[in-house]
Amino acid sequence: MSNTEQQGHSHARIAAIMSIIPGLGQFYNRQIIKGIIFLSVAAIYLRGFANLFNMGFWGLFTLGTEVPRDNSIFLLAEGLIALLVLAIGLLFYYLNLRDAYKNGEEIDYGLKTSSFGGSVKNMFSTSYPYLLIGPGFLLLIFSVIFPILFSFALAFTNYNLYHTAPAHLANWVGLDTFKQIFTVDIWRSTFFDVLGWTVIWTLVASTLSIALGIFLAIVVHQKDLKLKKFWRTVLILPWAVPGFVTILIFAGMFNDSFGAINNVLLHAIGIKAIPWMTNAAWTKVALLFMQSWLGFPYIFVVTTGVLQSIPEDLYEAALMDGATAWEKFRSITLPFILTQMAPIIITQYTFNFNNFNIIYLFNNGGPAVPNSTAGGTDILVSWIYKLTMQSNQYALAAALTILLSFFVILIAVLQFRRTKAFKEE
Amino acid sequence: MHSIKSRKRVRLSFTYLLLGVVSLSIFYPLAWTIGASFNRGNSLVSTTLIPNNPTLDHYRALTKAGGTFYYFQWFLNSLKISLFTMILSVVLVSLTAYAFSRFRFVGRKNGLTLFLLLQMIPQFSALIALFVMAQMLNLVNSHFLLILIYVGGQIPMNTYLMKGYLDSIPRSLDESALIDGASNTRIFLQILMPLAKPMLAVVAMNGFTGPLGDFALSSVILRDPKAYTLPIGLYNLISDKMGASYTTFAAGAILISIPVALVFILLQKNFVTGLTEGGTKG
Repeated sequence: MSNTEQQGHSHARIAAIMSIIPGLGQFYNRQIIKGIIFLSVAAIYLRGFANLFNMGFWGLFTLGTEVPRDNSIFLLAEGLIALLVLAIGLLFYYLNLRDAYKNGEEIDYGLKTSSFGGSVKNMFSTSYPYLLIGPGFLLLIFSVIFPILFSFALAFTNYNLYHTAPAHLANWVGLDTFKQIFTVDIWRSTFFDVLGWTVIWTLVASTLSIALGIFLAIVVHQKDLKLKKFWRTVLILPWAVPGFVTILIFAGMFNDSFGAINNVLLHAIGIKAIPWMTNAAWTKVALLFMQSWLGFPYIFVVTTGVLQSIPEDLYEAALMDGATAWEKFRSITLPFILTQMAPIIITQYTFNFNNFNIIYLFNNGGPAVPNSTAGGTDILVSWIYKLTMQSNQYALAAALTILLSFFVILIAVLQFRRTKAFKEE
Repeated sequence: MHSIKSRKRVRLSFTYLLLGVVSLSIFYPLAWTIGASFNRGNSLVSTTLIPNNPTLDHYRALTKAGGTFYYFQWFLNSLKISLFTMILSVVLVSLTAYAFSRFRFVGRKNGLTLFLLLQMIPQFSALIALFVMAQMLNLVNSHFLLILIYVGGQIPMNTYLMKGYLDSIPRSLDESALIDGASNTRIFLQILMPLAKPMLAVVAMNGFTGPLGDFALSSVILRDPKAYTLPIGLYNLISDKMGASYTTFAAGAILISIPVALVFILLQKNFVTGLTEGGTKG
C-alpha cells in the first residue's frame, strides 16, 4: 500500500526536490516558460537584493562598528527591511516548491499539466482575491507592520541621547531596558505611578461616559417627552465638534488665572479659585469631567439605536405580569442594552487607555513632577510620547511601548472573543 | 387617577430640568468660545459671554500669516490630509473586506488574524519608528508620508467592520448575479457596495475624523509651521504665548468647528445605522 503510494508520488517528489533551484522542477514537469520565469525571478531577486542582505544582516547583528561612518539606527532599519524582503522571498520559494509538487502530482495521476496560457488563466482566477488585498496589504507592511517591528526592535537596544549618530553607536542590550524599568528606583516608581493612574483613568473616565450616555438615552427615550429630535441633536454636539478643539477650549476655561470656570462660575457661587492646572488631583478631576462630556454622545447615539430595537411585546408581557417601571428597566432594558453593546462598551475602555489627546493637549500631562520624566497626569501613551520627543529616551520608550501593547492586546482579546466577525471564522 | 397624572408631571418636569442643565453644560463652552472670538483685546480676563463691543479683529487676524502662524494654510493642510485619507481608506478597506468576506483563499485565516492583531496594537506604538523613518527617507514635513501612515492605520480596524457588514449581506445575491453572467468586479461595485452604504459612511467618517483630530503622529512628522495641521498649529498657538493669543485661537476654533459640526449633524443618519449595526470605536 505504502509502496504504491510512494511510487504514485515519485514525479511530484522529484519535481519538488529539483525545485530547490527554482524553475528546474517546472522544467521537469515540462512547463518550460513557467520554469524560465521562476528561474529568472529567483536570479533577479538574488542579484538585486544580494547587497541589501549583505549590508542588512551585517548591520542587524553589529549595529555598526565605526563612527562616524555607521549609523546604528539606519543599519537597524535596513536590517529589518532585509528581513521583510527575505520573508517575501521565502514565501515565493515555498510557492515554487508547491507548484512543482502539485504539477508533478498531476503527471503522476496521468493528467496533462496545463499549458502556459492555461496557467496564466488559472493564476488570474486564483489570484483575484490577492489582487484585491495586495494594495492595502503592501501599504500595511510599509506604514504599520514595519514601523511596529522597528519600534519593538529598539526596545532591545540602548538607543538614547547618548547613543546617537554620528558621534556614537547603539548596541544590542537584550532585556536590560526591561530589567531597568523594574529595578532602577526612579524608573520603577514613575512606571507604577503612571500605570496606576492609567488604569484608574481608563476605568473611571470610560465608566462615567458610558453611564451618562446610557442614562441620557433612556431619559430621552421616554414616550411622552416632547422635542425628542431637538434633544438628540443637542446631545450629540460634543461629538460633532472636533475633539482637539473642545479640549483646547476647556484648557482655556479651566485656566487658573483667566479661565471662566474660576472667574465666572465658581466666583458666582462664592467658591475660591481652584488650581485646576497646577494641582495634579484637580487636573485629574477636570480631565474626568471633560472625558465624560466628550465621550457620552457616542454611547448615547448607539444606545438610542438599541432602545428603538427592543421588541415592544417584551414590555407588554411585563405589564401583564404587573411589573413596575424599575423592574421593567432592570430586567428588560438594561440587560438588552448591555448584551447588545458589549463590544462597543469594551472599545471605550481601550480607547481611553490610549487617549493621548485629552491628556497631552489639556495640560501637557502636567503639572510637572520634580525628578520625574512624567507629569502628574501622564498616562502611558503620553509618557512614551514625552520620552521620545522631549528626553530622547528611545529605548525606554520602546520597551514601554511593548508593555503597553501587551496590556492593550489583553483587553482587546476579551473584546473580540465576543464579536460576530470573529466567531464566524 | 389623579396621583398617576401628577406623578407623570413630576417625572416630566425632572426630565426637562435635567435635559436643560445638560444642554446648558454643552452650550456654555461653545457660547463662551464664540463670545471670546468677538471680544476686544487678547486676554480672556475681560471676556464676557455677550461682548459689549463686538469686533471681527480676531477673524481678520487669522488671515494674517507670518512667523509661526499660518491658520488658513493649516486649515487647507488638515482638509487635504483628511480628504485623501478618507478616500484612500474607503477604497482600500472595501477591496480588502470584499476579498476576506467573499473569497476563500490560501492565507485568508492568517491574514484575518494578522489584521485582528494589528488593530489591537495602537498605531502609537510605531511613533519612534515613524520619527526615524521620516528622517531616513527625507520625508520630514511630508503630507504624503503622513497620509500613507494614516491610511495604513485605518485599514485593519475598518476592514473588520466592513467584513462583518458584508458577511451579513446574503451570498445568494452575488450567486444569482454570477449566474446572470456578472463579473466579480461588477458584483462588488453594483450589488455589494450600494448595500454596504451605512458601513461605507462609517469608514469614511473614521477616515476623515481620525487624521483631523490626530496630534501625536502628525507632530512627529510635521516640523515646519507651514506644514502643520490644525491640531498642532492651534496647540502651539496657545502654548507658545501663554494664553496671550487665546482670542485668536477662539476665532480659529469657531471657524473649523462650525462647518465640521454642521456636516456631522447633517450626515449623522447615514453612519448611525452603520454604527449601531456594526459596532465601532469611539
